[in-house]
Amino acid sequence: MQSAADLARSGLPTGMAAGRWARRRPISWISLAAILISLFSLLPLAFIIWIAVQTGWETVSALVFRPRVGELLTNTLLLVVLAVPTCIVLSVALAWLTERSDLPGARLWAWLSVAPLAIPAFVHSYAWISLVPGLHGLWAGVLISVVAYFPFLYLPLAAALRRLDPALEDAAAALGLGPWRVFRRVVLPQLRLAICGGSLLVGLHLLAEYGLYVFIRFDTFTTAIVDQFQSTFNGPAANMLAAVLVTCCFVLLGIEVLVRGEERYARVGSGAARQQQRTRLGRATIPCLLLPAITALLALGVPFVTISRWLVAGGADVWRFAEIGLALGQTLFLALAGALLATVAAMPMAWISIRAPGPLQRVLEGCNYIAGSLPGVVVALALVTIIVRVALPLYQTLVTILIAYALMFLPRALISLRASIAQAPVELERAAASLGRSPLKALWSTTIRLSAPGGAAGMALVALGIMNELTATQMLAPNGTRTLAMAFWSHSGEIDYASAAPYALIMVAMSLPLIWLLYVQSKRMAGR
Amino acid sequence: MKYALSALAGATALAVSLIAGPAMAQDGGIVVYNAQHESLTNAWVEGFTKETGIKVTVRHGGDSDFSNQIVAEGAASPADVFLTENSPAMVLVESSGLFAPVDADTQAQVPQDYQPASGKWVGIAARSTVFVYDKTKLTAEQLPKSLLDLADPSWKGRWAASPSGADFQAIVSALLQLKGEAATADWLKAMKENFTAYKGNSTVMKAVNAGEVEGGVIYHYYYYGDQAKTGENSKNIGLHYFKNQDPGAFVSVSGGGVLASSKHPKEAQAFLKWVTGKGGQDVLKTGDSFEYAVGKGAESNPALVPLADLQAPKVDATTLNSKKVTDLMTAAGLL
Repeated sequence: MQSAADLARSGLPTGMAAGRWARRRPISWISLAAILISLFSLLPLAFIIWIAVQTGWETVSALVFRPRVGELLTNTLLLVVLAVPTCIVLSVALAWLTERSDLPGARLWAWLSVAPLAIPAFVHSYAWISLVPGLHGLWAGVLISVVAYFPFLYLPLAAALRRLDPALEDAAAALGLGPWRVFRRVVLPQLRLAICGGSLLVGLHLLAEYGLYVFIRFDTFTTAIVDQFQSTFNGPAANMLAAVLVTCCFVLLGIEVLVRGEERYARVGSGAARQQQRTRLGRATIPCLLLPAITALLALGVPFVTISRWLVAGGADVWRFAEIGLALGQTLFLALAGALLATVAAMPMAWISIRAPGPLQRVLEGCNYIAGSLPGVVVALALVTIIVRVALPLYQTLVTILIAYALMFLPRALISLRASIAQAPVELERAAASLGRSPLKALWSTTIRLSAPGGAAGMALVALGIMNELTATQMLAPNGTRTLAMAFWSHSGEIDYASAAPYALIMVAMSLPLIWLLYVQSKRMAGR
Repeated sequence: MKYALSALAGATALAVSLIAGPAMAQDGGIVVYNAQHESLTNAWVEGFTKETGIKVTVRHGGDSDFSNQIVAEGAASPADVFLTENSPAMVLVESSGLFAPVDADTQAQVPQDYQPASGKWVGIAARSTVFVYDKTKLTAEQLPKSLLDLADPSWKGRWAASPSGADFQAIVSALLQLKGEAATADWLKAMKENFTAYKGNSTVMKAVNAGEVEGGVIYHYYYYGDQAKTGENSKNIGLHYFKNQDPGAFVSVSGGGVLASSKHPKEAQAFLKWVTGKGGQDVLKTGDSFEYAVGKGAESNPALVPLADLQAPKVDATTLNSKKVTDLMTAAGLL
């Protein structure tokens, strides 16, 4: 057994790697698929640009450079700048406590740090607004955004911490670094990919979220776009707001690309990494317990208390089973079908982003993120307009709504798949090929199978997103569709919070198994 | 993990076969784009289907997004009937030439005041603008005499509205018609300074009731609806009707129309006839919508202030300009 971990930096000059791989057949198929999917995902963006060009510069500048846009920009930026770092700090602390310390009940706290994902963001907001009716504005937005979205960072961070090879830390300690400096100089750099990926996901959610901020009267670009759409449908004002929002996404993406860098960490060679030692907390145990406890109270306790309260207040009257059953069935179906489509569509992109990174891949990947960061209503509107013009038979059919879901949620599948493929050594693919398998078969029997955990995790994330999706569903779904989220939104919009409660409960109950799957996957990825 | 994936795939396939067929198919009947309150339209649909056996599929949404969506869909719209809460959305669809004329006997059921001379759509219900206020904070003397008073600096930070809603935009469209563009633009600018934005009229009323803000401009029926339920969100609420033909006394007509592109024009016309007829108008009187009935000889819910006593201003519903209103509101930074 090899004792020293060989952390190979697979930072090959990217152009060379891409060039060498491009000559192989399956790779070019994969690239072709990735390019097609990415082009497709650019449809909504193309739509916005097309509208901007049609509108003319004078109107565009009048609509973009006005005080209202300034207000929205300030709100949106402050939200991202305050909420994302808070999520990072909270998640790093929680992940370290649950994975690397001897915190009592670490497994329970780990699960409780993931479980808030099972509660749709707007249900978090509904819970808080019921508890503190006057809650509104920026700080309310930051608070609820953090409790609703921090698991997106906690999950990859916990998984990364669990996978770290302790040999590196031992080496640093042996060279005389104290525990704090080991953490800063050895552990944190290895968490960079997880922090970048997770932060991007949280940031994009903040930009695209609608329901959460409506409850607490905090205006962001997305809420303003929906207001404009509700007033003017596809008017230029809405599309110009969308254009500014897309620019914000570009900025986020750019920051992520800059910060995440080129390094890739993977353990190669025979043998397995040694078991990690958990740090003893000693007398700090009690104060350290407060952090996960308070987080769980805010992120799980508040929704639980509110939903229970409304269920009790509503009694048996709010359980209209025929209505609820129909919504449940439709939601389940849409979520599963959409998740499958998005994951399959993300596969080629995820593969080349790890195996053949390069400028083209960055651009393609960026396209997918942009589509995913657009609010549902923008994607929906683009699809309505395009489909009404060129593919009328598809209008308001299942196909349209599933395409919209795939466009919107592809980044979720992509991030999970990417992390998973990064862990599958490329040598296996080559070995399989050298043993006589055709390129596609080699791919199937190695990397694709090894990335199944990531694929499943991605599907779970996509299904979750679809269950909570509201605006695009309302515009694109076949007539007569009523998902759980639609029903919840319609009841809570009329301040009938009691009637909304069963839908909130069912959404949470349906999401929990998916979150559990996600949680178990992230454990298994680390071989535990 | 292959198993988890194939299990999920299997579940998907199962779900397709179980649900897709029955739940998502639109098997015959008519499609209604409904911007009215869901419970009201559901009651109409239930009554209509029971009486005629014609199946109705309802798609729920809002006035403005549906009217604009219908325009975008053009002749390809799957909608047969369009029901709104306010007239401007009707005007938009009519001006795009997408409505078929309403059957003469349906027109005959509704007074001239509640339908356009063009005969392209009819009024199906009505609602009155009202100033809801916190009874514990404001006395009768302190109430604004006119909607225009709310632009006064003395009202800064004291009133609320839901500017993104078609309801409030309909009120602004009446103001625009009554007082002209310059006065409306000024009023909206002052409003931006003075008011607090909420999403939805119910939310405005809830905030006033909870003491977050002293008053709000909404429609009358939210109060009655809440009183008929628990009254939890309206126990501190007083209703102030502006009357005196003030822009704030505007009565908004909810409309119904049949799309020219309808593939079931006979059934669609029958639905509109039913809604404006005795059956449909009785739902307004007896149900919990608390909107005013507009049919000839139809009575509204007795709990309401009679429509005739509201001293509403004379507004021509057929020229309410939703486009101009959203432009002005966008310019004022309200949207």
